[in-house]
Amino acid sequence: MSAEVLLFYVVGALLLLSAGAMIRSNDPVHAALWMVGNFLLTAVLYLVLQAPFIAAVQVIVYAGAIMVLFLFVVMLLGAQPMTRSEPIAGHRATAVFGLVALVALLSVAVARAPAAGRMPPPLTGDFGSPEAIGQALFTDWVLPFEWVSLMLLVALIGAVMIARFGSQSEDPEETSG
Amino acid sequence: MPTFIPLLPLVLALPLAGVVLLVLFGGRIGGRASGWLATTMVGFAFLLSLAIAFEYEGLREAPASSGTEADHALDDEGSHSVEEHGASPEWPVIERKLWRWMRVNRSLPLVVAAEPLAVGDTIDETMLDIVDVPYTDALGILDLSISVHRMWSADQALGLVARDAIEVGEVLSDMNVSAGADQIRPLGIPEAVGDFSLDVGLRLDWLSVLMLLVITGVGFLIHIYSTGYMAHDPDRRRYFTYLNLFVFSMLVLVLGSSFLTLFVGWELVGACSYLLIGFWHRSEANASAGRKAFIVNRIGDLAFLVGMMLLWTHFGSLAFGDVLPRAAELTGLAAIAAPLLLLGGATGKSAQIPLYVWLPDAMAGPTPVSALIHAATMVTAGVYMIARVHPLFDNAPGAMAAVAVVGGATALIAALIALVQVDIKRVLAYSTVSQLGYMFMAVGSGAYVAGVFHLMTHAFFKALLFLGAGSLMHAMEHGAEHAGEHPEALDGIPYEQDMRHMGGLLRRAPRTGWTFLIGGLALAGVFPLAGFWSKDEILLEVLAHGGGLYTALYAVGLLTAFLTALYTGRQLLLVLFGEPRSEAAAQAGESPLSMTVPLIVLAVLSIVGGLPVLSALGAPFPERLGDVLGHHAVEGLDKIVLALIASAAALAGLGLAWWMYGRRVPDLGLMAGRAGAASRVLWGKLYVDEAYHILFVAPFVRIARVLWKFVDNGLVDGAVNGVGRSLLAAGQWSRRWQGGRVRGYGLSILLGAALMVAWLFVAAP
Amino acid sequence: MNAVPLGHWLLLTTALFGVGAAGVLLRRNVMIVLMSVELMLNAVNIALVAAARAHGQIEGQLFVFFSLTVAAAEVAVGLALVVAIWRSLGRTDVDDVSVMHG
Repeated sequence: MSAEVLLFYVVGALLLLSAGAMIRSNDPVHAALWMVGNFLLTAVLYLVLQAPFIAAVQVIVYAGAIMVLFLFVVMLLGAQPMTRSEPIAGHRATAVFGLVALVALLSVAVARAPAAGRMPPPLTGDFGSPEAIGQALFTDWVLPFEWVSLMLLVALIGAVMIARFGSQSEDPEETSG
Repeated sequence: MPTFIPLLPLVLALPLAGVVLLVLFGGRIGGRASGWLATTMVGFAFLLSLAIAFEYEGLREAPASSGTEADHALDDEGSHSVEEHGASPEWPVIERKLWRWMRVNRSLPLVVAAEPLAVGDTIDETMLDIVDVPYTDALGILDLSISVHRMWSADQALGLVARDAIEVGEVLSDMNVSAGADQIRPLGIPEAVGDFSLDVGLRLDWLSVLMLLVITGVGFLIHIYSTGYMAHDPDRRRYFTYLNLFVFSMLVLVLGSSFLTLFVGWELVGACSYLLIGFWHRSEANASAGRKAFIVNRIGDLAFLVGMMLLWTHFGSLAFGDVLPRAAELTGLAAIAAPLLLLGGATGKSAQIPLYVWLPDAMAGPTPVSALIHAATMVTAGVYMIARVHPLFDNAPGAMAAVAVVGGATALIAALIALVQVDIKRVLAYSTVSQLGYMFMAVGSGAYVAGVFHLMTHAFFKALLFLGAGSLMHAMEHGAEHAGEHPEALDGIPYEQDMRHMGGLLRRAPRTGWTFLIGGLALAGVFPLAGFWSKDEILLEVLAHGGGLYTALYAVGLLTAFLTALYTGRQLLLVLFGEPRSEAAAQAGESPLSMTVPLIVLAVLSIVGGLPVLSALGAPFPERLGDVLGHHAVEGLDKIVLALIASAAALAGLGLAWWMYGRRVPDLGLMAGRAGAASRVLWGKLYVDEAYHILFVAPFVRIARVLWKFVDNGLVDGAVNGVGRSLLAAGQWSRRWQGGRVRGYGLSILLGAALMVAWLFVAAP
Repeated sequence: MNAVPLGHWLLLTTALFGVGAAGVLLRRNVMIVLMSVELMLNAVNIALVAAARAHGQIEGQLFVFFSLTVAAAEVAVGLALVVAIWRSLGRTDVDDVSVMHG
């Protein structure tokens, strides 16, 4: 058993465990920490999959920027009452049923897919390297790249607008000031 | 060079214009002016009719040159003369096409789909329709020569015309769109029938001229009378609108040149009758009388309609000019069924057995309406119609006999019922039914001239009697006002209509009284008043027809004449003579001139209207009608003796009436069905209404109730409510998914995704 | 056996996706819901990279790049919404955000 296989099973198991722990956390700060762990484990898997650039981005963007954003908001909102009770009758049962059904169906589909047994081919040296990704991104995919940058700008403005003015009428300070 | 005959559509347009003006401006000009507007319209129509009649008289031509000369005389292409009888008529039949109503043409293909018809023989086989656009040329007055037919190519016909063709076809020919084919195929058109077209047109011959004069003349007098009679009614405007509409409709009926035009008028007068019977609609009795008339008439109309369809399937046309000359082509069952169905229509409109029950109740309307619609004009439409289509009846002796038997039985039974009535208007109503029976007896004996003759004289004296009765009721009300007390109503009859409260009115209201007396004597058939001549003519013709059935009918006619004189004498004695039997009668007053002048004019007509030399136009009256209806020479009978017998019957009736009611003060306690079993049965109107109720109305109501309770409330409403309730339940259920909860939507997405994956499993091979 | 077949990767990501979906559907705290959404995105990203590896094609990794960008934007907007909701309602329970119901 090669290191790659070993890493897949160990890291994969840890990945699922951290995800489960995250969604079971009562405290958002704990949840955020479990999520960081999850993202870092994901980055390890990216490395296993010969995607060093994506792994780096995963760490920088997700485990760095997004996580800081989450923690900021958590800090801003303070401690929230975290109840696990379910107010909608039948919701939890239906949801569990739907989840199990979907995962089971997808698993069966994956297992039956002809490509399921495909083994990774040997690769050239620079597969997944920043050079290769940059080469593809700025030649064949330059238009989507620009579109995405535009979308980021829109999201930025939108986020600012929502956070700043979104609840103006309900905010007594805003209306009186 | 005719000047007035081309103006014939104007006769129709005048009352119609009255209707339009009254509807538009009646509220502004007020009731009084509305009355005079309506009267003026009918008055002008009458004057124009007179002018047309005189001009038509001048069109007489030598028997040898038939028709062509008339064509030249009439400088419009819309008119043409039609040869109808073998015995060359002396006056041309003038037909004027106003506009083309509908046309179904089988020779031109109408392709509904874009696929064109390629081969010629396909076109021949398919019966395809082009309907061209109806055009009007300003009622035919301005330009009668327009004959532009907008022809439609198949491409143009695609849209609107295709739809129109379907609509027309559904009415006329049970058309359907055959599955898989691109054409519309009318199923009902027999192979033998070619193009079918229907024009709205007018037909002028002596029969319609006479009807024209009677309708506009009597109608004019009754309009004048109404301005006085209805002077204090708040709804005068509505009244005169209906009255003008009625005159228009009746003119459509008698001038129409095809069965369908006649039927349009036929239905319109029925509607007017309904509206006017229920004119005082706030009383439930009046409203239900109107309904009864309407529904009973519908039964007859259905028969008429079926008869018309039958004729159309055989002749492919409904124009009189096409059907009547070919009447003899009808054979077998159709030959007898068509006239019998038409007779069914006539029994409804003209109140004959078995559909006579509506007419006595129709007296709920204003009295001038009873005079105009339910005595003088509309109810004679059946007689007119049978006379108009008489070749069909000539072709079927069995149908003729049926007409005569229906007429004879109605005449006798109605006269019997009239004997015991105490309501002044009901006596006249049953008398009208009875006299209509006389006319049916005449036309059923082939004596169309005599029937129409009696129609005319009856219009004079029965309108006179009804108007006189209205005037007397007016006088009674006046007297009651004066005396300050209203006599109580007996047997549910209003005091002013109850003859038991009258008496001696000849002295109190002399103008009304004397004219009423003249009308009564004319009805009784006293020499030399109008009724004598026409009734004598009918009896003569019935006997002359020969055969046991007609001899028996002659006896019935004679008995009816006796009974007519009896109930008329009874009415005259109870109303006009003797001592006043109430304060109202003792202090009764004469009606205003607007009411009595028409009475006087009608009284004069009732005196001279029957004289054989009536015609100021020159020739004897029967000759002119005979021009249309066929000459009928009676031979081998002593006319003088028969006239004496008829007169003797009438005088005997009057004498018996005097012996019973005039000799001494009549015993009021014996009236209204209290003089033994026979009078009770007659007072109960032979219980025909009750029988009809048990036989037809009650079962119908029961069926309707079942349909209402189970079918409508249960099935139909149940289905509708069920759909509603299930939708509601579905909404209640599905609103749970639209609760605005984000996680609910998320769950929906998840389940949807699961279903999609599952579907992929199912769909994948 | 010195490599992992594609099917195993996909099974792993399916399971991770399911865990994330469970977080979205079962938790009511809006912060944890948002994190769970990230989890689901993450699962998809892993699947894409695994497929790219199995087929030897770089485009899978490019998709992940774009997906990460979109995720960043989504988190920014989502957290802005959370702030707005908190300001107007004083709570961050997704069940409280139900003004859109008919």
